[in-house]
Amino acid sequence: MRDRFIKTLCSLAENDPRIMLITGDLGFAVLDEYRRRFPLQFINAGVAEQNMTLVATGMALEGHIVFTYSIGNFPTLRCLEMIRNDAAYHGANVKVVSIGGGFSYGPLGISHHATEDLAIMRSLPDVTCVSPTGLQEVEEATRAIASHPGTCFLRLDKDPGVDGPTRSEFLLGRPRVVRQGRDVAFIVTGGILSEVVKAAGELERQGVSSSIYAVHTLKPFDPTEIIAASKTHGAVVTVEEHTVHGGLAGLILESLADAQALPGKFLRIGLESCFSSVVGSQGFLRTAYRMDAAAIAARTTKLLGS
Amino acid sequence: MTLSTQQLVELSRRIRIHVLRMTSRGGSAHVGAGFSIADILATLYGNVMRHDPKNPRWADRDRFVLSKGHAGAAVYATLAEVGYFPTEQLQLHYQDGSIFSGHVSHKGVAGVELSTGSLGHGLGVGVGMAKALKLAGKAARVFVLLSDGECDEGSIWEAALFARHHELDNLVALVDYNKIQSLAPVAETLGLEPFRAKWESFGWSACEVNGHDHLDLQRALAAMPVHQGRPSVAIAHTTKGKGVSFMENTVLWHYRTARGDEFDRALAELERS
Repeated sequence: MRDRFIKTLCSLAENDPRIMLITGDLGFAVLDEYRRRFPLQFINAGVAEQNMTLVATGMALEGHIVFTYSIGNFPTLRCLEMIRNDAAYHGANVKVVSIGGGFSYGPLGISHHATEDLAIMRSLPDVTCVSPTGLQEVEEATRAIASHPGTCFLRLDKDPGVDGPTRSEFLLGRPRVVRQGRDVAFIVTGGILSEVVKAAGELERQGVSSSIYAVHTLKPFDPTEIIAASKTHGAVVTVEEHTVHGGLAGLILESLADAQALPGKFLRIGLESCFSSVVGSQGFLRTAYRMDAAAIAARTTKLLGS
Repeated sequence: MTLSTQQLVELSRRIRIHVLRMTSRGGSAHVGAGFSIADILATLYGNVMRHDPKNPRWADRDRFVLSKGHAGAAVYATLAEVGYFPTEQLQLHYQDGSIFSGHVSHKGVAGVELSTGSLGHGLGVGVGMAKALKLAGKAARVFVLLSDGECDEGSIWEAALFARHHELDNLVALVDYNKIQSLAPVAETLGLEPFRAKWESFGWSACEVNGHDHLDLQRALAAMPVHQGRPSVAIAHTTKGKGVSFMENTVLWHYRTARGDEFDRALAELERS
């Protein structure tokens, strides 16, 4: 996802001198092409994420479209107040990009696990929150937030996710149907869509028909399709590589509850409220925390049989 | 706008009277912080900055950021006095339903570049503005007014590093060095000395001025940037609560609201001055 983002940003920067990329001293080798081609549209702010965000706000207020770039929680939680008070309150064109959603940097330890960022960022007013579920969506999302006024958060995953072959037009806030079924509706954000697609295949072999909705934008959010899905499926399962508190699960439950459309059965798959001190790759940790394809299928089967 | 020294003194006095009335009416704090910067604001808006109250978003204006947002009343008062909006609107400060919040807010208030209130934010945003202005080839300068206690924040020094590295000589920081912070004197909290040397060691051109002497302030600010390629800082020695004898140099008047007899005595002192 990271490489697709950079490639898209290069294409945007080429046509729009307002585009600026500020990194918090991360992106070794990855940013080389961008730096070489657009030296006047690139700044390394050093290991100083608070200032990176403040400088981005100042430049945005002067007319730039500024992407701040770092990994894990560094561009978000580390400088949360700067995003809130400075960027968002001023409607500044600051696009906060975090490489490494969830367990992307699993073996590096909990400092590098971005497992609460969606919940926190989506609680901020006037911050658009985007978490693509496939590479095509990374490109679409990058273009969309560049032209969308105001502060945005783009959460990118190590897992490239899945590009659906029959995807509809990308619209910020509008979920996409990846697969249409009958018995259970999966609602997913981020690259972990790849696990859900596998789980759906496994369930199909067991005779369970499932729908999959890819939620690439958590804020703003148009709940129309999800509400309809809840009514037609009877069972809803949210899947996110993130805490089950306040992120995608929170969004969906809020939306369904507001519409008096809670399904008969509901399951939140994600990280229970805990820090992972287990060392492991993204795949290993998904298995350890019961959110890989096999666990999703098994837990869904159990839900449906309960 | 070019004002005589006498006019600057008068402008400063009016700013202080507004701040006294505003904080008293609203029951808000920070009267001492407002008095501390009244002369700096008068000098900046009266004689130093290029700005146009009739065209607040003029592209070539100098930018001003109040990083110590708690002294917002003084900025609102200054903006009203120099013509950004009618002084009658100052009566709305801190009132229910008003746009004039205790910590300075830009929404709906002509002339305010940045909303602040959490310390340590303004310098970094000012740095970003200065960087963008340089890239755009504009001659405008960016002035950022900091408090001394605010310099406890690490983000100030992140911004200081960045500004020197990027040779932002269009950036001027002013520190309201009244030497009293929220609970106690600066020296007893987190000592800043040797303060000027700290800025200089970060590569800034630094000078020290009397923050209540308009001529001294004007001379120092007009001479900036002192060195090509370096940001400048004016460490303004000030007195918290300046202008009202019983408020001067006390921690109490960081928070206390002047009411009743205290209000009358303070107003009388300012009107006599």
